[in-house]
Amino acid sequence: MRPVSYARATSVAEAIAALRAHPDAAFLAGGTTEIDLLRLDVVRPNALVDINALPLSRIEDLADGGLRIGALARMSDVAEAPAVVERFPMLMQALLLGASAQLRNMATIGGNLLQRVRCSYFRDVASPCNKREPGTGCSALDGINRGHAVLGTSDHCIATHPSDLAVALIALDAVVRTEGPRGARAFPIDEFFLLPRDTPHLEHPTEHGELVVAVDVPAAPIARRSLYAKVRDRESYEFALASVAAAMDVQGGVIRAARVALGGVATKPWRARRAEQILVGAPAQRDTYARAAREELASARPRQLNAFKVELAQRAIVRALETLAETGGPQ
Amino acid sequence: MNDTTTPETQAPPVARRRAQARKKQAAANASLPMRGPTEVDVTLKINGVEQVARIEPRVSLLDALREHLLLTGTKKGCDQGTCGACTVWVDGRRVLSCLTLAMACEDHEVTTIEGLAKGGELHPMQRAFIAHDAFQCGYCTPGQIMSAVALIREGHASTDAEIAEWMSGNLCRCAAYPNIRAAIRDVRDSEAGGNDASG
Repeated sequence: MRPVSYARATSVAEAIAALRAHPDAAFLAGGTTEIDLLRLDVVRPNALVDINALPLSRIEDLADGGLRIGALARMSDVAEAPAVVERFPMLMQALLLGASAQLRNMATIGGNLLQRVRCSYFRDVASPCNKREPGTGCSALDGINRGHAVLGTSDHCIATHPSDLAVALIALDAVVRTEGPRGARAFPIDEFFLLPRDTPHLEHPTEHGELVVAVDVPAAPIARRSLYAKVRDRESYEFALASVAAAMDVQGGVIRAARVALGGVATKPWRARRAEQILVGAPAQRDTYARAAREELASARPRQLNAFKVELAQRAIVRALETLAETGGPQ
Repeated sequence: MNDTTTPETQAPPVARRRAQARKKQAAANASLPMRGPTEVDVTLKINGVEQVARIEPRVSLLDALREHLLLTGTKKGCDQGTCGACTVWVDGRRVLSCLTLAMACEDHEVTTIEGLAKGGELHPMQRAFIAHDAFQCGYCTPGQIMSAVALIREGHASTDAEIAEWMSGNLCRCAAYPNIRAAIRDVRDSEAGGNDASG
């Protein structure tokens, strides 16, 4: 690992000012991605501003019945917060199906959203990678791309977004709140993640020194009956090959409302809006789910080794919706 | 930035705001001195004892423990957060010491495998691992035990499936998993009998 300087911030303003004063510094939160990538020489800050002492760990009720989750709340603490368990089971499940118990004790909500891709070429500084070194090319296009994305890809990057949490949050229309050189900003979470297009090195609309301070999850009665289903190569402690965050309101056999988002198959947490359009107003039955899944994946662009994900994602959607219809969710 | 209650009320608004911003930033910078990147003294509380390590800020908690404080019970497996061999507790929570900077642990309490035994008596989980032959090569064992004690304290050891899920961050390439689970069940059940051995 390259040498780094270190400072511990005691206020948000102090942390932001420190990054403004040090153009090559980075915030340090849970460190579970950052220290790993520092050691691999993939990220190269010369100073770390430790933000763990900032008062950003609270989980608060919003007036509308939603939640404000502090950016430094740990995955493990959010997963067991009663409000999350009762009102947003898909959020709890997405958290508990991610990483390991140790990592969940360390990793923060803000850091989870900002985690970097697991593409092995991104992590290997000897390989060309447009995300790590713009303009050098994408090694994954014709390389080992079994884990890579089939939705939202470009000719410049096909790396899968690795977060489970973000998939649930995008289904819940969360809002990412930041503070930075331009003051406080709020991003609808779908806009917080950029498609790779021809600039895969740009992942978020934020700027240097801008700090994620909270994630707001608006009230969503539909989410009380929701789930997060994750398909992977081993039973635990593994990234998704395909995952689904889903919620559905069925009355009299007809789907009144639906939320569907996909993970493991796209370059950003993927809100399945096409699938939702097909579901709403249609009978709650397998044919409907299959059609919604098929149409959502119609724009998939598989590569040599990940074509199986097109079918896998569809089956995952169908199974998730069938489970919701049969049981009303996992609760 | 919209504070208008300073003595500089005669200055034009933009200049006044800029002056305030400069002051604010200077104050912030002044109050947040960088340490390193060369060696600095880092005070760590390990197993109840305060110790000073002279280390660079980039040094992980794992390397500080093993190479600087000579507490070699904590093992380095993958050094990238994959295997769990380096599991320790920070403020009582199990974490990976390979992905934790030692400096970030100042003002926090670190517990390692060396801190489990009390008064020359092995912790019940250590005894159970021996009794159930819960290891072969033993390299992952300190991490397994630190995770296992925390697991019971967290209340995630009710079934074998739950134990397996909540221990999935600790790999054992000798595949001693059935015996590790047996050791955990043993301690869980003896604690349920009223013997508080949660460490």
